[in-house]
Amino acid sequence: MADAEPDQPTASGAHEAAGAHEATGAPGAKEAAAGAHAATGAHGVTGATIELEELTKIYPGTSQPAVDAISMEINAGETVMLVGPSGSGKSTTLKMINRLIEPTSGRIKIAGEDVTGLDPVKLRRRIGYSIQSSGLFPHMTVAQNIGQVPKMIGWSRSRIKNRVEEMLDLVGLDPREFHDRYPRQLSGGQQQRVGVARALAADPPVLLMDEPFGAVDPITRDHLQDELIRLQRELHKTIVFVTHDFDEAIKLGDRIAVLRERSVIAQFDTPEAILTNPTDDFVSGFVGAGAALKRLNLTRVRDVSAAEVPVFSVDDPLERIFSHLREHGGSELLLLDRRRRPYKWLRRSDLTRARGSLARVGSLVTHTVGREATLRDALEAVLTDSGGRVAITGRHGQYEGVVDMETLMNSVHELLEADRLTAIEHRHDLERLQAADTAARLEGGTQTPGGQE
Amino acid sequence: MNFWEFLSARRDQLLTDTYQHASAVFQCMVVATVLGVLIGALTYRNERAAQIAIGSTVTILTVPSYALLGLLIPILGLGVAPTVTALVLYALLPIVRNSIVGLRGVDPSLVEAGRGIGMSRLARLVKVELPIAWPSIMTGIRVSTQMSMGILAIAAYASGPGLGNEIFNGISSLGSANALNQVLAGTLGIVVLALLFDAALALIGRLTTSRGIRG
Repeated sequence: MADAEPDQPTASGAHEAAGAHEATGAPGAKEAAAGAHAATGAHGVTGATIELEELTKIYPGTSQPAVDAISMEINAGETVMLVGPSGSGKSTTLKMINRLIEPTSGRIKIAGEDVTGLDPVKLRRRIGYSIQSSGLFPHMTVAQNIGQVPKMIGWSRSRIKNRVEEMLDLVGLDPREFHDRYPRQLSGGQQQRVGVARALAADPPVLLMDEPFGAVDPITRDHLQDELIRLQRELHKTIVFVTHDFDEAIKLGDRIAVLRERSVIAQFDTPEAILTNPTDDFVSGFVGAGAALKRLNLTRVRDVSAAEVPVFSVDDPLERIFSHLREHGGSELLLLDRRRRPYKWLRRSDLTRARGSLARVGSLVTHTVGREATLRDALEAVLTDSGGRVAITGRHGQYEGVVDMETLMNSVHELLEADRLTAIEHRHDLERLQAADTAARLEGGTQTPGGQE
Repeated sequence: MNFWEFLSARRDQLLTDTYQHASAVFQCMVVATVLGVLIGALTYRNERAAQIAIGSTVTILTVPSYALLGLLIPILGLGVAPTVTALVLYALLPIVRNSIVGLRGVDPSLVEAGRGIGMSRLARLVKVELPIAWPSIMTGIRVSTQMSMGILAIAAYASGPGLGNEIFNGISSLGSANALNQVLAGTLGIVVLALLFDAALALIGRLTTSRGIRG
């Protein structure tokens, strides 16, 4: 533990979000004030701020820089996505943060400390690194792979052992089953999880991810993305994530930096702002068609008001169910099983065939959506459901409400309207800032920012 | 005297020669392995250096063993010294070449992953690259060992140790009663030793290769 993160907020083993560490102090606070999106910084942040100042990379023998003076401030505990077409230097930018690629000029600060002159080997042990196709060492077991960095920084054997179990648990792999497996005995998704576990094993405040989910199939990728969201909600690391997949960026990022050639930032803002208010054609081209649809990915079912349908339990007397159906002609009702899980949809027409038992009537509930599902998932489910409505389930599959076309349409309209307002406000803010800036530059000038029309 | 009678009559001498043969090959292989892997590890990242390493070991191998011993005797005298030197030099090529091929075959993304998690150059070599290249290096060692078995027989010419002496004596006294038996005993001894060594090396290779990369 000798040389491990001397001035990081992450003390030994205190990865649990429970240890209510505040953000790193001065630099973090400053950015939180200036930053557009500091919501994640509120509680249990174990990440550190990252500042890139005029970072440039010119490869020998080329005149054009691969990365041209990129400057960026990343808040503690924030997930920042670097997206851009291939050749935009996003990966080069990422690799300069842990100095896998030495910058030609410029500075990198982590938690306020200038790391540009540090021994790169020691620096990298403080920064988690996860790459495409996991990069696991094939000749080492899962446990040895995960324990690699703790071992290098001199943790004791027993501490490493505990940590490995903890990490496997964290990424959702059963320690007893996977501890002694070799990478080739794992599926692509499992390998990637182990890769993330290895990157996080020494509890680094910063995690760099270089297209980590690029080589897995779409379903697994979706799964891994969900896992990362869950992990990040627990850990609050500072994550810098490179991808060329804009949908992935929207799904995972607190903020997204859209990079054009030579890593010039085209726009650096929240996913909402980029979707509703792209700064130029390059960004809107990259956002692609269907921004409104993509907006659905940003909102979760739990954030919208669910519709209500009458519900009954299978234990309720048949009389009550029947009389309800008789009285409320057109509407459906939802029958829950004994553990309050959605079981069957019943409508009035079922009444005539029931003959004193519900066993043979109604349509079984086949699709449900969780509270954590995106509105896009919900829309998909509603569209494919024959009745045009889907039950929302919470913990242990218990009934929480219903989502239908109408709820979805309403919430999407609300969302887009809200986005439009924020965008307008944002533009006003910018104009005001620029006005203030001009005012300040025109020394002795008498006009006030408020006087601008 | 038939062959079996010859074997039991000369038992002690034959056993000593066999032991010395095995021991010489074993020791030379240890030295050659250390040297060969070292040369491989030092040169594999540089195209030119690797070419020179492979080129010079190839050149050594093309010199007839008889001639090499002849050249070494004036410098190192008779006996063990020229024998060991010649054996080690011949054993180098397969080990050096397989080390270089093996180390170059390591997936670059793994080496980068090693850098990324904070491994030093040496740690990457020892913990990642060599273990992954090990099966290839092991193949080189096996080839070298087989070769050394045969070449050591010729070292009797420089008064070296081993079963070569039986063959050598037999040939120089051809026509006498036991000449053929001597040649036969020496040759068969070498063949049996070679098979035993190869089996042992196969086992060692299996035990020292991680289950994660075993074929």
